[in-house]
Amino acid sequence: MTMNREGRQSKGDAATANVVTFTGNRALQIEESLIFEKDAFASTGVDFPAPTGKHDRIGALKRTSAIGLPGLSEPEAMRHFVRLSQKNYAIDMGPFPLGSCTMKHNPRLNEKMARLPGFGDVHPLQPQSTVQGALEVIDTLAHWLMEMTGMPAVAMSPKAGAHGELCGMMAIKSALAARGKAHRTRVLAPESAHGTNPATAAQCGFTVDAIPADETGRVDLAAFRGKLGPDVAAIMVTNPNTCGLFERDIKAIADAVHEAGGYFYCDGANFNAIAGKVRPGDLGVDAMHINLHKTFSTPHGGGGPGAGPVVLSAALAPFAPVPYVVRDGGEFHLVETRRMAKSEGEGAAGGRITAFHGQMGMFVRALTYMLSHGGDGIRQASEDAVLNANYILARLKAEMTPAFPGYCMHEALFDDRFLMGTGVETLDFAKAMIDEGYHPMTMYFPLVVHGAMLIEPTESESKAELDLFCDALLDLARRAKAGETARFTASPMLSPRRRLDETAAARKPVLRWTPQQAPEAAE
Amino acid sequence: MTLRFTKDHEWVRIAGGVATVGVSAHAAEQLGDVVFVELPAVGRKFKKGDDMAVVESVKAASDVYAPISGEVVEINQSIVDDPAKVNADPQGAAWFVKLKASDPAEADSLMDESAYKSFAEQH
Repeated sequence: MTMNREGRQSKGDAATANVVTFTGNRALQIEESLIFEKDAFASTGVDFPAPTGKHDRIGALKRTSAIGLPGLSEPEAMRHFVRLSQKNYAIDMGPFPLGSCTMKHNPRLNEKMARLPGFGDVHPLQPQSTVQGALEVIDTLAHWLMEMTGMPAVAMSPKAGAHGELCGMMAIKSALAARGKAHRTRVLAPESAHGTNPATAAQCGFTVDAIPADETGRVDLAAFRGKLGPDVAAIMVTNPNTCGLFERDIKAIADAVHEAGGYFYCDGANFNAIAGKVRPGDLGVDAMHINLHKTFSTPHGGGGPGAGPVVLSAALAPFAPVPYVVRDGGEFHLVETRRMAKSEGEGAAGGRITAFHGQMGMFVRALTYMLSHGGDGIRQASEDAVLNANYILARLKAEMTPAFPGYCMHEALFDDRFLMGTGVETLDFAKAMIDEGYHPMTMYFPLVVHGAMLIEPTESESKAELDLFCDALLDLARRAKAGETARFTASPMLSPRRRLDETAAARKPVLRWTPQQAPEAAE
Repeated sequence: MTLRFTKDHEWVRIAGGVATVGVSAHAAEQLGDVVFVELPAVGRKFKKGDDMAVVESVKAASDVYAPISGEVVEINQSIVDDPAKVNADPQGAAWFVKLKASDPAEADSLMDESAYKSFAEQH
């Protein structure tokens, strides 16, 4: 043991690493039970006076059992949620290489704007005369989304990327029906598509036909042309695609599907790589959703709100859903029904796909992001995203195996060839990253790549942060190759929970907490 | 009785005009622990290459295609109830469906065991 002069221990003892504590806490990593397990009959956050002159508070009705809500004092409830929040990993804590809407830079200014009382406290059923500013935000955001995509119309109400897909594909279905082409029921989608693409098409009653990828990871143009026919309704393509590659033949694909009488749905999940650089309207896109919660900040990891406005071509614009904002002189109002849309001369608008007008908090954040960045700033954010991903690709290439040759766009994709023969799998490698203090990257997706590891760095990461991340991954790769297999298959070792049994969780899920019986009752 | 394999890692064994279909041992190993299986209803008719069943592992969900055309005459409910069987005995007890083959000769173009073995090594 090492003692300093004051007699206080200054160095750790290796044996303490495996210490078992009485409380189950590991220093400041506090064990936290479910809120229902913390329930104590005597605890409450508020004190009401005892009812007088009445039997109870619910009239003649008589409660026959406990209502099942946990009783907690205010500080107990506060501690519960703060402890849970500290178990979360977020972009505000460190790099988030998961290629998804969790990795996006989220400027504090967004949050300040969204908390302005006129936005934060707004209610969707308020009279429109009292929310003119909020309606102007929707209208201004819609304007810039159309401007940036080069598209003539946008539906603002979809509440997530997949919801936007559904909106766009329903517009396509309506357009086909209105134009006597309802017999077109086949939708083409690349093998590497996001799972939501075929799911959306199937939900709309289309059949899905997969297009194989060529050896560069892009749509096989010859195979695609071979699948075109009089029954093709649309093609759904993500660009940049899920392999992090730009579909170079995108214009040829659009022209071919139009020539064949179908529509072009572009999955805009990866628009953050090309915003300010490319206008999808110029590529022949008929519909594309934009994940506001990724391309324009506000990452929603952990299940927060999303927003997936869909930009539409002139051919599909008449089939946009209600409601939408129109400006009438100096006033804004919502067109809320199809009849109103007709009287506005807007043609046969689609129906309503959400209760209200969309996700107001996201609109404020996205517009704040756009206006504070400006055209040049948004372009630079796209360029920095691509630069960061290529830096990671170039550095990790030393020990890891890129899935495809050449440069990438905003995400770097590796396969598991570098782990071959080591006994370490992609899953083990990802779990070992947790011990290094990183959220794992996307793994086993896209499916076209064996043991895929897809890394999407945030555009705002510094070179020092990227270097530390790369150094950590290179070190792991070297250790895997050096035969430290057990370290990987046992990881994570330093997290509050060790490796979870995903198979048992999927095969025998426990979906509902039930109170444990008191010992005497169990007898 | 012939055992044949598809490029999509299904196996098919034909006896008396009835084809027993499952996923290969190589596929089961690649998928990892299977946690969910969805089988078609008896009586459904499939053309060769149609989506016929779904198998989901901890890694991914995959479609199982009809290796030859035919009508479903029997399904293996035991793998729906206990998906672990697909990992335990993929080319035996964990068969998926039995198809009344509309053209048993379709199987002739599929790979035999040794051809599949070398195919699987590359895929």
